[in-house]
Amino acid sequence: MNLSRIVITGVGLAAPNGNSLPEFRRHLLNGVAGVEVIEVRYMGPQPAGVCHFDPLKYQKKKELRVGTRAGSISIYCAREAMADSGADFSARPTDRVGIYIGCTEHGNVETENEIYAISKFKYDTRFWSHYHNPRTVANNPAGEVSLHMGITGPAYTIGAACAAGNLGLIHAAQMLRLGEVDLAICGGVSESIHTFGIFAGFKSQGALASHADPKKASRPFDKARNGIVVSEGGCLYTLERLDDALTRGAKIYAEIAGYCVNSDASDYVLPNPTRQAECVRRAIAHAGLTPGGIHIVNTHATATPQGDIQECEAIRAVFGEGCPDTSINNTKSFIGHCMGAAGALELAGNLPSFDDGVVHPTINVDNLDPQCALPGLVLNHPKKVGRVDTILNNSFGMLGINSTLIVKRFVP
Amino acid sequence: MTKDDCKKLVLDIIADIAPDEDLSNVKPDVRLRDQLQLDSMDFLDIVMELRKRNGIEVPEADYGHLASLDSCADYLTPKFNALAAKG
Repeated sequence: MNLSRIVITGVGLAAPNGNSLPEFRRHLLNGVAGVEVIEVRYMGPQPAGVCHFDPLKYQKKKELRVGTRAGSISIYCAREAMADSGADFSARPTDRVGIYIGCTEHGNVETENEIYAISKFKYDTRFWSHYHNPRTVANNPAGEVSLHMGITGPAYTIGAACAAGNLGLIHAAQMLRLGEVDLAICGGVSESIHTFGIFAGFKSQGALASHADPKKASRPFDKARNGIVVSEGGCLYTLERLDDALTRGAKIYAEIAGYCVNSDASDYVLPNPTRQAECVRRAIAHAGLTPGGIHIVNTHATATPQGDIQECEAIRAVFGEGCPDTSINNTKSFIGHCMGAAGALELAGNLPSFDDGVVHPTINVDNLDPQCALPGLVLNHPKKVGRVDTILNNSFGMLGINSTLIVKRFVP
Repeated sequence: MTKDDCKKLVLDIIADIAPDEDLSNVKPDVRLRDQLQLDSMDFLDIVMELRKRNGIEVPEADYGHLASLDSCADYLTPKFNALAAKG
């Protein structure tokens, strides 16, 4: 089967440490973390990754009042990505544009807010908002982008736990190859810091990070790591078939090289290194590469004591004692876990490596856990490697969903 | 409460639910939808805010009375005064 080549032509992002790719990348290279302390309902102060983009850059106040935070993040990222792509939106049939947004979950925030609001009225449901259903339907973030931008093509979310950011890109690539759309706005978003339930759930699970200094709270691979920093964020890309991108003279960030999505089928929350390794191997094979041909592995590691070790086990199973040209890093150490946005954001942070030949580090590793001491791990300081041609991005999620996405330097 | 007080109260609610609108020249005798960007969900917001802020209930059959500031004042002012009389 002769599949179309799919390329990334635009990036729009909202990260806890940057509102654009250049700012995000600068902070990743300069060791600037974006975690702060916020007040979480019923739980008090917690470290969290908070985005500080200006939502009024694109939205009206009324849109903000009626819509959701996930919708707002999505609109910001979509508008930034479209602007970055340089695609002339006004000249494009809007029914040929698809919006595919990965979400870990959606609706917790809005439901909790409504329950809290009616608690002030003795739980009288006459005070329940008529906006509850449009705010909580699973397609809300994609639907808000469609409404805001007047896009009449397919617009929906992809629920894939914390693998969702990768899934947005993978699904978009598939839809472009099927000819369903001509341009895709895709990636992942998360509004998770606005729901106490996610913090409380991780706390009950023994998987919520704590540290006196919030910027040190997210520390994958460190021996003293103690859990996840919950973060919000978003990253949406424009994807196009290569021929279309070349025809309009688009800037090309990277080409989709290969991917794999599989399932553990073994536990609700515990990762399965065997299936993770299988996912990584199949993605590498799908890209027509070998492990030695992967130059950057961006890990999913969330800083849970067990999860990091298991991902390292999976990476060792694929890469052995290391491939000389393979560097390994982690982005959550800077921004916490952006949930549905994680895969998409973490890939974006590495894309500039194709141009600058530098691998951003994993920060906050004061005492490397020997069980996480992977060969090629880039610790605390960026590493100049010269040339980067391939990036492999892992994103795994609850209920055992695994995703690996590989992008490569675009070579005509 | 006077009808002017009532109109001001309704305008305060509209200012919150339609924050992008310029409310400085709203004509009291013209339908709100004909001079402001308000949709059916916004009118439900007005009903909800009257309930939340003032304990005023507007039955669905009476929603038509919220069409303009004048009709709002005609319909709501007696309700506010009846509520106040109850103490």
